[in-house]
Amino acid sequence: MDNSVQEPFIRIARREDMIWWKAWIIRGIALLLSLVVCAVVIFAIVKMNPINVYQTMFKGAFGSTRRTWITIRDTMMLLCISIGLAPAFKMKFWNIGAEGQILVGGVVTAACMIYLTNFPTPLLFLAMIATSCIAGAMWGFLPAIFKAKFNTNETLFTLMMNYVAIQLTSFAVAKWENPYGSNTVGIINSSTKIGWMPGLFGKEYMLHLIIVLALAIGMYIYLKKSKQGYEIAVVGDSENTARYAGISVSKVIIRTMLISGGICGLSGFLAVSGASHTISTSTAGGRGFTAIIVAWLAKFNTITMIAISLLLIFLQNGAVEIASKYGLNDYASKMITGIILFFILGSEFFINYSLIFRGGKKNKKEE
Amino acid sequence: MKENAIEIRNLTKSFGSIKANNKVCLEVKEGEILALLGENGSGKTTLMNMLSGIYFPDSGEILVHGKEVTIRSPKDSYDLGIGMVHQHFKLVDVFTAAENIVLGIPGAQFMNMSEIKKKIKALIDKYGFEIDLDKKIYDMSVSEKQTVEIIKILFRGANILILDEPTAVLTPQETKRLFGVLRNMRENGKAIIIITHKLHEVLEISDRVSVLRKGEYAGTVNTCDADEMILTEMMVGKKVELNIERTEPENVSEKLRVENLTCINADGRKVLDNVTFTAYSGEILGIAGIAGSGQKELLEAIAGLQTAEDGSIIYTKKDEEPCELVGKTPLQIRDMGIALAFVPEDRLGMGLVGSMGMTGNMMLRNYKRGSGPFTERKYPRKLAESIKEKLDVVTPGLSTPVRKLSGGNVQKVLVGREIALKPQLLMAAYAVRGLDINTSYTIYNLLSEEKQKGVAVIYVGEDLDVLLELCDRIMVMCDGHVTGILDARTAKKEDIGLLMIKHDGKEE
Repeated sequence: MDNSVQEPFIRIARREDMIWWKAWIIRGIALLLSLVVCAVVIFAIVKMNPINVYQTMFKGAFGSTRRTWITIRDTMMLLCISIGLAPAFKMKFWNIGAEGQILVGGVVTAACMIYLTNFPTPLLFLAMIATSCIAGAMWGFLPAIFKAKFNTNETLFTLMMNYVAIQLTSFAVAKWENPYGSNTVGIINSSTKIGWMPGLFGKEYMLHLIIVLALAIGMYIYLKKSKQGYEIAVVGDSENTARYAGISVSKVIIRTMLISGGICGLSGFLAVSGASHTISTSTAGGRGFTAIIVAWLAKFNTITMIAISLLLIFLQNGAVEIASKYGLNDYASKMITGIILFFILGSEFFINYSLIFRGGKKNKKEE
Repeated sequence: MKENAIEIRNLTKSFGSIKANNKVCLEVKEGEILALLGENGSGKTTLMNMLSGIYFPDSGEILVHGKEVTIRSPKDSYDLGIGMVHQHFKLVDVFTAAENIVLGIPGAQFMNMSEIKKKIKALIDKYGFEIDLDKKIYDMSVSEKQTVEIIKILFRGANILILDEPTAVLTPQETKRLFGVLRNMRENGKAIIIITHKLHEVLEISDRVSVLRKGEYAGTVNTCDADEMILTEMMVGKKVELNIERTEPENVSEKLRVENLTCINADGRKVLDNVTFTAYSGEILGIAGIAGSGQKELLEAIAGLQTAEDGSIIYTKKDEEPCELVGKTPLQIRDMGIALAFVPEDRLGMGLVGSMGMTGNMMLRNYKRGSGPFTERKYPRKLAESIKEKLDVVTPGLSTPVRKLSGGNVQKVLVGREIALKPQLLMAAYAVRGLDINTSYTIYNLLSEEKQKGVAVIYVGEDLDVLLELCDRIMVMCDGHVTGILDARTAKKEDIGLLMIKHDGKEE
């Protein structure tokens, strides 16, 4: 053979669809491999027994009933935002403004808690839920109508809306400052607990669990089975096909973003009334962006999102525990999270493509 | 005996479990034109992509001028003197022909343009091209652009040329000119592989014909020993009837009258200028013209997807008052109870949802069926099943995304769905583009059947031979104008060709 040009050492070939259980085995292997690599890194940097570190991580997330419920609460919060993103992303409308939609939802919830203290409880909750949804929906509506009418870029627009929301929150914090001069709002209604989301069956966060899981299932059905969900899928695939089918593209864009923003606004209500009972510019805390990862990893399937959100929150809460217990700084534990995510994302490549090595192909053919 | 320019031995390439090429053998001699024939999905493009360095074969050998070679990238392919003219041209619009020709050629930082032009001129004279080297690409017709592509490849020193469906975009006159050039190249010892679906062209231009069938090599015949029947049989693997049954139009009545229709595109150019014609039920009206002469806009305007500046489109329902379609959206047209089926040119970009399966695509036209917020799945699934069976759609399953199906199957899904609408007016644009002979004739006969049912059929086509055989009347368009409406039973191909390049009675 003429060796002046050789066959490439590795070639990449596209696989056809893999059976689901094989794909999950590959994902499992990726997770195991990531733990091994993390172990090496942990040992190399801090000279600690990786097994202990992993145990600590697990304890951090599920070590006690209290911790487990906190993990559940955080998971539900992240899941709720991801559910909000699902319809927009399915429509290929890149809503990266969840952060702002959460904040405005949180601000109006806090406002209700502060100003409507004499409302009867059911009415107060109705007001909080309705206003937070409407506020989030407005934040989604603005980029949607500009996209529909003038075809502006929704990524930039939704991103910019985040900054508007942050400034609005700063303004609200300054106005509601308590105690005066602290530059924070403090715990709202800390003695009366007015507007605090109640527990259920004796569990503080049971209501979160039920609401968000119901939302996940509802959104799943909405996207898969409903006529509006069908319209969203068609618009996401090709706007020309949608026009051909007689679907009003601008109507679908606006309607879907109202839903998307509304659910993200509702997560703001969960964050303020259901968890922190205060409002600050960090109420959203980057979760609006983490939810983008969740949505993509789950391929916009809201049921899969449950598992992905749980994994991410587990990693996050576990990492915090390692950091505090071993006196490491935050970054060391974030490295672990990073490595694990890298492997999980990387495994998708091996699910979609196969590698063919030089010389190895003959053997492979005979298999 | 002439030497082999390219010899391919047992070349195999799989995508997943599908063998796109299975032990394919092929020989092209110097100074020969080889036609490569095959149905869709038979692996022609895969084979050529391996020669041009886009894919890497799983096994097998490629010999160029008798020496075994490995082609890893398009650059390797260029270095071996292999050049490919793709269906979609790869030219820089704002450059002149000469600038495009020298683009990407390695060498000195500064080039002597007049020197280079002299060299290109020599090439042009040698092979008999007709081109103005200083013309910008955006001013050029499709045929001129193709010429630039071919010269570009020759200028790089290619002596093996691969042409992928070069005549699909040309008028009969332009095709004749291209074939003249190809013959000159053959005289000069170039090896040429030409991929085409048009059998009469194969018989006209090639020396030998190699046929692929379902990824396997089905044999080679000398063109002088072949005829259309033999070639079709080799391609399909069994005898097939290639007849279009054209009946006399019956119960002809006016269905659609377009008057003085004018449309302007986003750039403010008139894409339709004062178009007037009538379509009758029970007949097929063919529309001929070079691609981009306003055919697409005309159909879209009728379907309510294109806003009309001026003019009217009058639709006559059975036993009812005629109604105006201009200014209506597709939804309004449907709500008026007008059964209008439309097979658009861009199948996956407009007619179908690529990421959905057959069932999902069946719903596109009537997903609003039934009351309540949820879609009804039973009817579309049944429809998908019946279309799959009736039209032999090859798909792993009804929920396999149609994007993953081959072009012919995609088109069957689309045409099947539109016909299932039980239309009164059926419009189809380039319904057989990229389809193999067998599928094409399936589609032609479906259109004929609809005509016999009393549907008014409007068919935009590019193969003039087929238009003359299939249609009752042919309307020719050029640059947004209607340049003539002819009787398909008496019209001549050359007449249509002339009308295709006529502007307001003046020839270009």
